[in-house]
Amino acid sequence: MESFSLLMQGLSTALEPMILFYALIGVTLGTAVGVLPGIGPALTVALLLPVTYGLDPAGSLIMFAGIYYGGMYGGSTTSILLNTPGESASIVTAIEGNQMARQGRGGPALATAAIGSFVAGLIATLLLAFLAPQVVKLALTLGPREYFALMVLAFVTVSATFGDSALRGLTSLFLGLALACVGIDGLTGAARLTYGVPQLMDGIETTTLAVALFAIGEALAVAAMLDPPDGMHRVKGSVKMTREDWRRSWKAWLRGTFIGFPIGSMPAGGADVASFLSYAAERKLTKHPEEFGHGAIEGVAGPEAANNAAAAGTLVPLLTLGLPTTATAAIMLAGFQQFGLQPGPLLFVMNAELVWGLIASLLIANVMLVVLNLPLIGLWIKLLSIPRPWLYGGILLFATLGTIGVNPSPVELGMLILFGVMGYGMRLYGYPVAPVVVGLILGPMAEQQLRRALSIAQGDWMTLVSTPVSAVLLGVSAVFLVVPMIMRLRGRGQVLSQVAGDAD
Amino acid sequence: MKHTLLGVAFAAALAVPAFAQDYTIMAPANPGGGWDGTARAMQEVLQAEGIAPSVEVINVPGAGGTVGLAQFVADSAGDPTKLIVGGYVMVGAILTNASPVTLKDVTPIARLTGDTEAIVVPAASDIQTLGDLVEKLKADPGSVSWAGGSAGGTDHILVGLLAKAAGVDPTKINYVAFSGGGEAMAAILGNQVTAGVSSVGEFQEQVKAGTMRLLAVSSAERLEGIDAPTIKESGFDVVVENWRMVAAAPGLSDEQVAKITADMDKLNASAGWTKMLADRGWANTYLAGDAFATQLDADIAATDGVLRDIGLVK
Repeated sequence: MESFSLLMQGLSTALEPMILFYALIGVTLGTAVGVLPGIGPALTVALLLPVTYGLDPAGSLIMFAGIYYGGMYGGSTTSILLNTPGESASIVTAIEGNQMARQGRGGPALATAAIGSFVAGLIATLLLAFLAPQVVKLALTLGPREYFALMVLAFVTVSATFGDSALRGLTSLFLGLALACVGIDGLTGAARLTYGVPQLMDGIETTTLAVALFAIGEALAVAAMLDPPDGMHRVKGSVKMTREDWRRSWKAWLRGTFIGFPIGSMPAGGADVASFLSYAAERKLTKHPEEFGHGAIEGVAGPEAANNAAAAGTLVPLLTLGLPTTATAAIMLAGFQQFGLQPGPLLFVMNAELVWGLIASLLIANVMLVVLNLPLIGLWIKLLSIPRPWLYGGILLFATLGTIGVNPSPVELGMLILFGVMGYGMRLYGYPVAPVVVGLILGPMAEQQLRRALSIAQGDWMTLVSTPVSAVLLGVSAVFLVVPMIMRLRGRGQVLSQVAGDAD
Repeated sequence: MKHTLLGVAFAAALAVPAFAQDYTIMAPANPGGGWDGTARAMQEVLQAEGIAPSVEVINVPGAGGTVGLAQFVADSAGDPTKLIVGGYVMVGAILTNASPVTLKDVTPIARLTGDTEAIVVPAASDIQTLGDLVEKLKADPGSVSWAGGSAGGTDHILVGLLAKAAGVDPTKINYVAFSGGGEAMAAILGNQVTAGVSSVGEFQEQVKAGTMRLLAVSSAERLEGIDAPTIKESGFDVVVENWRMVAAAPGLSDEQVAKITADMDKLNASAGWTKMLADRGWANTYLAGDAFATQLDADIAATDGVLRDIGLVK
């Protein structure tokens, strides 16, 4: 109960008008910078952190919380409206979200993303406040073998992002896995497939690939259309969510939250993996499977909730152990240090007031975010009524600026253009682009965790099933993989979705 | 549209260097890492103390800093306003990546900060001293799994040096590289590995809380306020320090180098820098001019030797 009164105390500080104003500035700045393709939350926080230095601790913390949540949220707007994910955790949002926008339902898509982010942020922040010490104990029992099993599960369920043809989806996925091999091998330091180009040594930047495939590819495809239909994105109907939209969204928000929070809390989890798993879950559980790939609202609601919940989850190891598990968290660590705050196991005891102040700030920032963004949806949608040559010209400009802003090198620009042309070619021949990026993200994670696990066990493969968690995760993966095959062999494909649903 | 315009301003500030400013510091790494932190700390103090009216930080990540280094040498030659942050990890990365551009191609100005390395085991481990750990290593090198940072980095080098000092074949060590300090620390706390190596600062809070046992530190002398012997005291002749430095462009005149060095001297002497180092938990190991150049050469030679022993450089 002591935690509760500390939280109330934090909240009352955070509700002063000046503090609320700082929260508004933080959320606005965070969203604005987060919207730029290629600029993810890490860079947003790094760029804007100095803005908070001059303020007192309370003001600084709240602005900072606003920037963090704003940056996480910003990426989804361009994903939905322009098919241009700002960061890797919004990639799956683009799949269904942009389809909705094309059908004139951009308003509800943005609304379900905003409200989903709010709901997830709220629940996850409360979980952070009250369960952090317990959650982190669980997360620490997971090692490389469990993470490998989790990656296998992600791989098995990733077929949800394939679109209509499994063959084309697999082709895209393996293209991504091949691209993932480029760069220095993390465990031995040997360079692979770099052909002496130093910029390739760190591998292919996920955001560069995502921005190229989605944004540049899309712009080229539109430009190449000889007779573009006029104003195909025009808003039809209400920008508000219908009763049906609400009914289909709320469960997805909750599921997304409960997938995102634990995965974000794991030292090797991450918001992108959480969003993939949430999308896969929604696609398996939906009552409207025919809509997936053509603008299913659950496919926006779930992943958006999951990535925000994962963002709050990241704070669990940071605050309880001082473990920065993402680049964003590492920058936040520097932010705490300016107040002499050393995140670690003793933080909750030694600096209770500041910690609860931060948690209260996160709650306020979260409310601010939805207050700012719901009314803005009408404005964002107007983006789509910009004449198309201008709109896509703007997208090309922002995509290029964002990419070379993060990594000012001609090689990076060359890759952006090359992959952009590849994205156009894939669109032309009907190959989905999302699995390429998914392969690039999951491939190295799975490989490194597998090799770490084997290295620790000195080459004993049995280590992979030697703990309950890894054995169960691998078992579930096997069921997902084998059951549909058996069903298909017996010619009973119809029962398939039902069985897969039961296995969840 | 206001947001978009604001966004453009930010992106433009990132992508296009502004005119009329005293320094542009390149952090050859992503935001969030130690070099980025050092560059941004310098930026703040140089501006706040009035040493330079305007300082800009740019990030050019990649391959242990060698991508940024190559770009720095190519673009900045003869420009006294350009600085680059680097460190011991870069020395190793240049060797393992066989980088065509090396630290010989820049003008080293000063070593700024240093981190001592620490060797820890999980609290639940039955290993009590560095001696116990080395006994286990001698008996079966593969059975001791070490968690640390990237392959060929300072942590890896320390393990290689220790193995060599203990008479164990350094190519047999079972070093498990993790990306970023957080993941390695989670593996140690979760009892997934035998031992862990990172900077003392990263482990300090855990050691205080009793979740890890600090076996030894890598400095030449014991550290104040830290209750652990040095590796040397424990009987193995190994001293490693992970330092960070600032260097200037190649092709500068003596006056230009002297001016930059004078500015760094001012930075080092300022109250703002002292406070910054204390806040971040960085040790001040300031060393400028010829003394630093000599030290740098010695470090490069020693690192080359150990990386060959481990088998990372052929």
